[in-house]
Amino acid sequence: MSPDTSPSEKSIIEAFDIRKSFGSLEVLKGISLNVDERRTMVIAGPSGSGKSTLIRCFNLLETINSGTILFEGRPISGTDKNAWKTRLEIGMVFQNFELFGHLTALENIILAPTVVKGINRDQATDLAMELLKKVRIPEKASAFPDELSGGQQQRVAIARSLAMEPKLMLYDEPTSALDPEMIKEVLDVIQQLSQEGMTSVVVTHEMGFARKVADRIVFMDHGQIVENASTDQFFDGEVSDRAKQFLEQILTH
Amino acid sequence: MDALSLIIDYVFSETFFRGAQMTLLLTIVSLFFGIVVGLIIAIIQEMQVKALDYVIIVYLWFFRGTPVLFQIIFVYNVLPSFGINLSSFASGVVALSLNEGAYIAEIMRAGLQSVGKGQRTAATALAMKEWQVMRYVILPQALRVIIPPIGNQFIGMLKLSALVSVVAVQELLLVANQAASSNFRYLEALTAAGIYYLFFTTVFMYIQRHIEFWAVGGRRRAKRDKESVLLVASERTEVR
Repeated sequence: MSPDTSPSEKSIIEAFDIRKSFGSLEVLKGISLNVDERRTMVIAGPSGSGKSTLIRCFNLLETINSGTILFEGRPISGTDKNAWKTRLEIGMVFQNFELFGHLTALENIILAPTVVKGINRDQATDLAMELLKKVRIPEKASAFPDELSGGQQQRVAIARSLAMEPKLMLYDEPTSALDPEMIKEVLDVIQQLSQEGMTSVVVTHEMGFARKVADRIVFMDHGQIVENASTDQFFDGEVSDRAKQFLEQILTH
Repeated sequence: MDALSLIIDYVFSETFFRGAQMTLLLTIVSLFFGIVVGLIIAIIQEMQVKALDYVIIVYLWFFRGTPVLFQIIFVYNVLPSFGINLSSFASGVVALSLNEGAYIAEIMRAGLQSVGKGQRTAATALAMKEWQVMRYVILPQALRVIIPPIGNQFIGMLKLSALVSVVAVQELLLVANQAASSNFRYLEALTAAGIYYLFFTTVFMYIQRHIEFWAVGGRRRAKRDKESVLLVASERTEVR
């Protein structure tokens, strides 16, 4: 948990009653949620519960059908042609890493800062090397993605997002595609960033990680929030039967 | 004159050389316009404009469903009755490039689709605008898939160009045929033409190998690996 537990909470994301459908399938059925600054939120729940869709709404990769999302107090919308400006402030890490295959690790990291923000290449390279050290693989700077293990690719992907200096990091099942021995190296990096005060939303099934790192845990099922509690409450206190059942399933497998 | 000297004479004769030049010119010009047509079709298909989609379906249906020879004769002999008069060279180029465009479009579409949707999403999440996603993420990766089969199309086009002899373009095969019909030495004339064709395809296959190596990023990787070996070597000497 973050050492800083000062009571003055400012929300970076405020979502009110958001709904989202794909065709006739309603994936988000009225979600209201705040993401507080400098805090880490874990979103858990069975597959198909709408977790990924929810965080993809935050950086406008999905457009909501109704409801409101505020980012730092101002409403944001996926149909706005300035949506990219909102995305400048929000980093995202994907299940399948999605490093750009034609670029080296270093080039992956400097691409967006140079073409989107117009930072010069030398400066971007310095920043990228710093970030590669932070994710603990500076020696892989000139490796292509297909020369890296899954865990290494994911850490480069994290560095790539950090290079845009986001105010919020979204992690969409960052370790689901990884072999067990690589999960820790990725979670350790996320934990470190989180403890340094990076506001984070992590969709994951790793409940050990959630217990250690998260400030809040949100449990979703069938497009609704079933539980939204502080980590202590979630693990020690009373939770709904549905959440309990889910926890038992994933903890005992 | 014995066969060998006649072949050599033909190969180095001006008529054969001109014919070979014409074949190469037809190939390059038709392939170029074929790529332009293919690119336009691929972009239209990507944009998914309904009305244009039907035009393209008819186009693909016609050019894939009829022989190239038919298309060449059609352009040369039927279009004039609609007031479109093209020289035999232009007719050949029009028919070959429209035919080629139908295949190139398919290659380009496959190339664009080979870049996973997740790559687009990741680039978009990094605040890139649509054209930046295309320019910096999709196209460079799609080109690696597109370029090697376009090399094959070049070789295919070189061979297809012989069909244009039917509308009397003085390309290699027609030249060889004319030479042979004057003295009935088919073996020598066709061998000379065959030597040119094989020369072109061999040279091109060699170039193609290099292009493919480049397309998979082999050159960049090799260069990097060489540099790191040199770096290690220089570090070693420093230690000494």
